[in-house]
Amino acid sequence: MARTRTRLRQGVVTILGWAIALWMFFPILWMFLTGFKNEPDAISTPPHLFFSPTLSSYRDVFAREDYWHFATNSVVISVLATVVALLVSIPAAYAMAFLPGPRTRMTLLWMLSTRMLPPVGVLVPIYLLARATGLLDSRTGLIVIYMLTNLPITVWMLYTFFREVPVPILEAGRMDGATRWQEVTQVLMPLALPGIASTGLLSLILCWNETFWSLNLTSSIAAPLTTFIASFSSPEGLFFAKLSAASTLAVAPIMVFGWASQKQLVRGLTFGAVK
Amino acid sequence: MATVELRNLRKTYLHEEIIKGISLAITDREFVVFVGPSGCGKSTLLRMIAGLEDISAGDLLIDGQRVNDTDPARRGVAMVFQSYALYPHMNVYRNMEFSLRLAGMPEAERRRRIGDVARILQLDPYLDHRPGQLSGGQRQRVAIGRAIVRNPRVFLFDEPLSNLDAALRGQMRVELASLHRRLGATTIYVTHDQVEAMTMADRIVVLNRGVVEQIGTPLELYHRPRNLFVARFMGSPAMNLLPARIHALTPDGMAQVQAGAVSVSIPTRHGGPEAGTAGTLGIRPEHILIDPQGAITGMVTISERLGAITLLHVRLTDGQMIVVQTGGDNTDRADTPIRLTLGEEHCHLFDADGMALAREADHPLLSDL
Ligand SMILES: Nc1ncnc2c1ncn2[C@@H]1O[C@H](COP(=O)(O)OP(=O)(O)OP(=O)(O)O)[C@@H](O)[C@H]1O
Ligand SMILES: [Mg+2]
Repeated sequence: MARTRTRLRQGVVTILGWAIALWMFFPILWMFLTGFKNEPDAISTPPHLFFSPTLSSYRDVFAREDYWHFATNSVVISVLATVVALLVSIPAAYAMAFLPGPRTRMTLLWMLSTRMLPPVGVLVPIYLLARATGLLDSRTGLIVIYMLTNLPITVWMLYTFFREVPVPILEAGRMDGATRWQEVTQVLMPLALPGIASTGLLSLILCWNETFWSLNLTSSIAAPLTTFIASFSSPEGLFFAKLSAASTLAVAPIMVFGWASQKQLVRGLTFGAVK
Repeated sequence: MATVELRNLRKTYLHEEIIKGISLAITDREFVVFVGPSGCGKSTLLRMIAGLEDISAGDLLIDGQRVNDTDPARRGVAMVFQSYALYPHMNVYRNMEFSLRLAGMPEAERRRRIGDVARILQLDPYLDHRPGQLSGGQRQRVAIGRAIVRNPRVFLFDEPLSNLDAALRGQMRVELASLHRRLGATTIYVTHDQVEAMTMADRIVVLNRGVVEQIGTPLELYHRPRNLFVARFMGSPAMNLLPARIHALTPDGMAQVQAGAVSVSIPTRHGGPEAGTAGTLGIRPEHILIDPQGAITGMVTISERLGAITLLHVRLTDGQMIVVQTGGDNTDRADTPIRLTLGEEHCHLFDADGMALAREADHPLLSDL
């Protein structure tokens, strides 16, 4: 009796879980399918569930814009911004986790609070700064902005992971003659590697998907894939099939990447919980 | 050859003084144990010697050189942590090799040294295991091995055996003692465990709230505690302490002491107590004898049979509770009357401030120490 009831409950939970997952995934699936329709099929209401798939939208997209140019920008900007962010935030998080001062807590909260500002609030000053320093429409400009806007998150995450590392292990390193540098690179970083990896992954994803600054600070030379998508949405009216094809092309790399590294990501994000 | 000298060491956190001026001279090859209640500053003091904690004031000298501002590794000290603190991402060999590699020792020399240490500690079969694959006792051995490969001048241990079960702790205690004899390195050892302190130490330092209560050999502390704190702290079961009054002082130095229904005369040195003052009478459980003619009467309330010995908890006629240690073959049961006598030469007398009053006769063992 009780057994059948738990089984029933499990069944309901499973169905509910799938329903929610499908519901959340549906827009992405729809976008993916629409990319393989022709334009009339794409806008027909009610939508055609069965259609003859075509690559014409993809052909058009590749004909109009240089996908690889945008993709290269996305990769270069995301990777470099992430690397620089890690280079800055690992020492910062080390200091905050292991050498805290009376103001450490406040500093952390203040850093996080800067993430709560709407970016548009600082658009004008940032734009003027970028123009004055010649960083408009440059990869360096976006790398700097991405790195800075992600710092609060990467520092916080690394801080949390570092706090999980037992202090005596670092002290043992110090007793064994490790310099500060060796302590960080040979003891702390190997121990916190899952955390560092998931922090890097998250930073990569955030950089890849960032839209506001890329639209406002780049036009052609440094434009990443988010700009590539946007360029299909405006001038000559909406072309849903082409827009969907472009979007699929833009999100595919990061989706594949995220899926491939999901084990790492989950392990990192639940590191503190399970230990 | 390594001496350690603490000169009025102090440690202040924010505004709170944790270590309040500790002076201590440790001779070469000596095994010194720090004991004291939780939070008294044992670990803090040890970490100050290690170099993991800044010294707020005072001087720390190793082999006569002031090392207050020297890096931990340069002090020539090695530390074994309570939690072992092994590097989880390195195997046993790499754990022991780490300090040697950082010191730039050639590969062949490292291999030789680690081989030697692994043999001493019976770690040969585990050299390529990670710490996570080892038992508690094996991890403890690796932690000790990591300390000895460096050939340090001074060993520091912070409650190294407290995570082991009782049997293993006993075994490791013996191993550590023989290791100390073999290596002859100066050692400072922090523990909670009475048995560890009594059996391993050349000298014990009793700490309380950041000050030294007494320094001495284990038997000195046991038989001649300087004050009530040490009397209470050393020994298990603890010394019986009864509030007392000194009634009279005879010209030959016998103090007539009355503690409730208990009346004893204790030989004291001249210039000791004054008649009419209050104090505390102390007597260890093993120095109370069951005696059918004894003047002290009471009721047994609980009898704890430990096999080799029996502990009788006795309620005296005046209501005070004392513990009597007797042989394992004792047959007294709870709720039976009992008569006792005190070995007067073993009684301790403390004045109103808790300081021990000097006794005329010393414990026979102490004279040849
Ligand atoms: N970083 C710190 N900041 C403030 N106070 C501290 C700090 N570290 C230790 N203390 C305080 O110093 C005192 C001594 O601590 P310590 O760890 O040396 O005690 P202990 O004798 O080793 O105790 P235990 O037997 O429990 O290990 C404690 O009261 C503790 O609260
Ligand atoms: Mg401690």
